[in-house]
This record gives sequence, C-alpha cells and structure tokens, in this order.
Amino acid sequence: MAKAPSTEDIAFLRERFSEAITGVREGLGEISCYVDPRYIVDVCRFLRDDSRFQFNLLSDLCGADLGMDQEPRFEVIYHLYSIPVGHRLRLKAQLPPDEPTIESVTSVWKTANWHERETFDMFGIVFTGHPDLRRILMPEEFQWHPLRKDYPVRGYDDF
Amino acid sequence: MGIENKVANALPEVLTARLDWLINWARKSSLWPATFGLACCAIEMMAITAPRNDVARFGAEAFRASPRQADVMIVAGRVSKKMAPVLRRIYDQMPEPKWVISMGVCASVGGIFDNYAILQGVDKIVPVDVYVPGCPPRPEGLIYAIMKLQEKIQKESLRNRPDMVVTEPPVMVGREA
Repeated sequence: MAKAPSTEDIAFLRERFSEAITGVREGLGEISCYVDPRYIVDVCRFLRDDSRFQFNLLSDLCGADLGMDQEPRFEVIYHLYSIPVGHRLRLKAQLPPDEPTIESVTSVWKTANWHERETFDMFGIVFTGHPDLRRILMPEEFQWHPLRKDYPVRGYDDF
Repeated sequence: MGIENKVANALPEVLTARLDWLINWARKSSLWPATFGLACCAIEMMAITAPRNDVARFGAEAFRASPRQADVMIVAGRVSKKMAPVLRRIYDQMPEPKWVISMGVCASVGGIFDNYAILQGVDKIVPVDVYVPGCPPRPEGLIYAIMKLQEKIQKESLRNRPDMVVTEPPVMVGREA
C-alpha cells in the first residue's frame, strides 16, 4: 500500500494554506484534507508543483451525497498520487445543497475532464471553467442526477 | 462415377415439396446471427461457436458484424436505456425475415438490474422470438434456443410472417408445455 505524506509535510501544507485547509482526518494509514472549495485549484496546483509533494497523478475524482438533511450536503473527493514520491493524499471539498458549484481542476490535471463530467452527470455538481461540461454516462435528454439521495432507484420515467 | 451420378440414378428427376417447407428449411438451416454482445452473456455466446459446442452443426456459426447480412439478433446482456435506440436501429437495419433471441435474464426482464439505467426487458423495443433464462445461460441453453427457433421457423408460412401478425406466443426455453 502506498504511504501517506509525512506528518511534517502535512503540517507544512496546513501552514502554507491555513485559510484553505479546514481540517485533516487520519485513519487506516490514509490522510484526508478538507479544503475550502474556493481554494481547491490553488491547493491542487501547489500539491502538483511542490517538490516535496509532486502529486502528478489525479487517480480519482468523485462526488458524494451525504444526505438530504445534511449541511453541507455534497462532497467532491480528489484522490492524488505521486508517481516519483509514491505517496497518496485525499482532498475533500464540501458543497451546499443548493446549486453546488466548484471550480474545475482540468487546468491542473487534464484527466479531471471526464471525472468531472461524471460527477456532474451523477450529482449535478457544476464545475466552473470546465471546457466541455456535458453528461457522460446518461443519455443527453436525461433530466435528473441519479446518484442524488432523493432520486428513486428505479427512476421516474419508464418505457 | 461420382456421388452426384449415383444420387441422380437413385432418385427421380423431380421431387415435390411444399414451398413453405422448402423455404423454411433453407432459412432455418443457415441462421446468421447478428451479435449484440452487451455484457457477460456475450462470453457464453462466443463459446457456442468454439469447437466444444460448435454451433456450426446447426448452421448458425456465421456471426455477422453487419446487420445487413444477419437473420437473427442474439441480445446477450443488459440493455441500458442509452443503448436501446441503438439496438432498435440495428434491428431495423436487418433485412426480413428476422428473428430475435433474448439471451439471459437481463435482456429478458432486466435481471438483477432493477434500476433507472437498464431497460426492463428487450421485448419493450423489439419483438422477441425465444427467451433464454440463466445468468448467464450455459452455451447448451443458447444452442437449445437456436433449435427452438428453428422449430418455430419451420412452422412459419410465407403468407403469414410473424413480424406482421402475431401468430404464435414466444417460446420460453425449458418452460414449454
């Protein structure tokens, strides 16, 4: 299993982005940083370019619906991996229930393009600055976001 | 003297047969499937052409990549609602006469995928002649479905094609009376 960044590195990151990083959670040898969604691109670009982190691979970007009564309701989750250093880090950005919007990280990692389209398709989270934010899995005429908790498993329409 | 001379000497010059029977015999003996492999059932569908099962024994080994050259569409796997219009279009591109085998529970009724994304039975968009249960059906099951389809074709009439008027209920493999 890939290691997590060292405690000193995380302390350095928290100091560098004292306003952006609202919390750090550790467990099972993994580290999750809660990031203020306004600063997500700054934090991501720093993590990619900084010599001690070198997170040059966005191994996954996904969404989560924490529940209709939750505030904040949505999360966008970034799984970062560094090929030269060999460590992993998870970032979480929390978004409100109404019109969840966050800036796209396609300018940092090109692979975020399709991941963000999928997250938009499934959760209705809008990524501003995305070059081509269309649905990727569901048909174009589909009107809903099926992984939201208030969407019924069998859907609304039927043939 | 070759075999054709022996046959010619042994048989009368003219044989008679019902036109329906003769044409149906020709059709059922060279069923060319249009592959519609959508999921794990497609692996079993490929297996029927392999030497162990050898569907060539029933004249159905010529899987065609073009619907224009196919007689029977084997829908193998779950049909998503996004795929449904594509499947219907492929079916429409097949020349008459044509038949459909719904392979596996997913293609037949949706199977375990009782959700928003999957069509709950391919018979909602195309007329199905034979349903094969199983998840996935064994190759023998699919070959048996082809044999049941051959029986069905043999009973058809040129005056009364089933895609114009429904004359016979579809066959459920293993469930026939």
